[in-house]
Amino acid sequence: MGITFRKETFRDDFTFKNSPEHIRRFPFPFHEDAYMYAVNIEPHVVGPKGSVLENLIDVDEHYVAEMQDRALVLAEDPLRCQSLPHMTLAGWDLLELLMEQQALGYPEHFTLTRDGDRWRWINRPLGIDDTFTFGDTSTLPYGPMEYITRQSQGDFCILDQRDGNLWMDAGMVTTQADWSLDFDIGMNFFEWHAPVPLAHEKGIFTRALKFLTNIQQGKPARRLNWTMTINPRLDTSPENYHKWGPDRTTVTPENVGDKVHLRVELQSFWRLPRSNGIVFPIRCYLIKMDELVTQPKWARRLHRVIRDLPEELATYKGLTRYRPTLVEWLSKLDDGSATSPGFGPD
Amino acid sequence: MAAKTIISRPIYGTLSPQPGKHHLFLADAEGALAIVDMAKTAPPGFFGGAEIVFIPGPDGKHVAALEALRPAQFHLAPSFASLLPRLKQTLSNAHMGLRLYLSGTEGLIGQAMQVALEAGIDHTSMQTEHRGSLARRMQCVHCKGITENVTTQPATCAHCGLLLLVRDHYSRRLAAFQGVCINAEDRSEIPPIEEAFP
Repeated sequence: MGITFRKETFRDDFTFKNSPEHIRRFPFPFHEDAYMYAVNIEPHVVGPKGSVLENLIDVDEHYVAEMQDRALVLAEDPLRCQSLPHMTLAGWDLLELLMEQQALGYPEHFTLTRDGDRWRWINRPLGIDDTFTFGDTSTLPYGPMEYITRQSQGDFCILDQRDGNLWMDAGMVTTQADWSLDFDIGMNFFEWHAPVPLAHEKGIFTRALKFLTNIQQGKPARRLNWTMTINPRLDTSPENYHKWGPDRTTVTPENVGDKVHLRVELQSFWRLPRSNGIVFPIRCYLIKMDELVTQPKWARRLHRVIRDLPEELATYKGLTRYRPTLVEWLSKLDDGSATSPGFGPD
Repeated sequence: MAAKTIISRPIYGTLSPQPGKHHLFLADAEGALAIVDMAKTAPPGFFGGAEIVFIPGPDGKHVAALEALRPAQFHLAPSFASLLPRLKQTLSNAHMGLRLYLSGTEGLIGQAMQVALEAGIDHTSMQTEHRGSLARRMQCVHCKGITENVTTQPATCAHCGLLLLVRDHYSRRLAAFQGVCINAEDRSEIPPIEEAFP
């Protein structure tokens, strides 16, 4: 049986919701009752059935709605998808990776057939059936990166590796947590992370870069990152900050459960075979507080993490304005009892 | 001299004579003094293979000091925009091994570097020295318009009118600092506007 794709929105009337099964599989990012930066990178290997790691490229009930939201963002602002001229080959690498992984994990929804360079791609949820020549951009309606990332959940950054560094030279970025591809494109690893507080001093980026530049083909890696978003809005770009920023003033004790969302990024890192680039999918998962606290362990732990978060991190993540209201609301769900180790619900 | 802040921000050095036969200098306003200071340590005949392009700015100073160096070519430009066609041609016709020296405001250095990068010159092979005004060139992340000579914090976008926090985050590709709406969450909050980049 395939996935039942939800009809929902990430803007205007915000009808986004998680089904009970999707609440249970939410990638809760805190393995203990506190949070601080760490180089929390691990091998990206298949995880338990029913988790977001069941397949290395996860497709879920929000797929169709997310792709519709992406199309709306791109129609408003085409600069969210950019590729410097030397990155086309890496775009083909990414197209191959995403078609293979989606067809492997979800054969009822996606089919890839290859006859030499002649490829046929069937995407049933989006009603696409295209035949094209691999490597020939004129046979696709968009460049290879744009074509396949209009059909894949999450943002994608393609990094060129040279001079011992990684360069943000292409990307499809429409669901970002407040960073601008248009501003950062062409920057190296340290430059595009320059605004992140505390982590440079801890040597996080030096160690992370060393790890990433050594990633081998067929051995992807992953890490989790998180922030919070008011309303289930995918497009929290700096470009539109003046449009979504006022949402942060609307949190009240009465609407916390519905408005405040934990936003988790499952970031993975893959070596690309032809270009030797690295692709960095940033898959975004949203869950509203009312849904999250159906798991008592998560409610207790999130209360402790948000309450004790260093002020500098709270500011960077944009929580300052509504943190007291959120902590007060979560405190009522924290009886002070111990939480079990690990990420999962009890 | 601008203080070092975050990693995306360029670090400027001090001009020093490089080996080679072909030298191109680009300077604005007090950037001329960086060239004059460098000339004191240059070998004899150094400026015989040099071109100096200078944008004097409103007070028109330092022209005579540069002429006294007797460069092979000397060109005065009223603005960076007016200089652009000539600069592009010079760089596209440049000999291998052309040395580039940029001095003056961050706006001048950044824009010249942007043109040079497009012409295929690596940014590490250029010499830079910051002199004079700390004024910033800023890209509005919202409307994408560039505002020149920003001296205040926050600053108003010359295109869309939003009040922007001028960040230290810098893009070499755009030759600009990033401006992000400072009161996006509550437009009624108007922070004081201070002279931050004199």
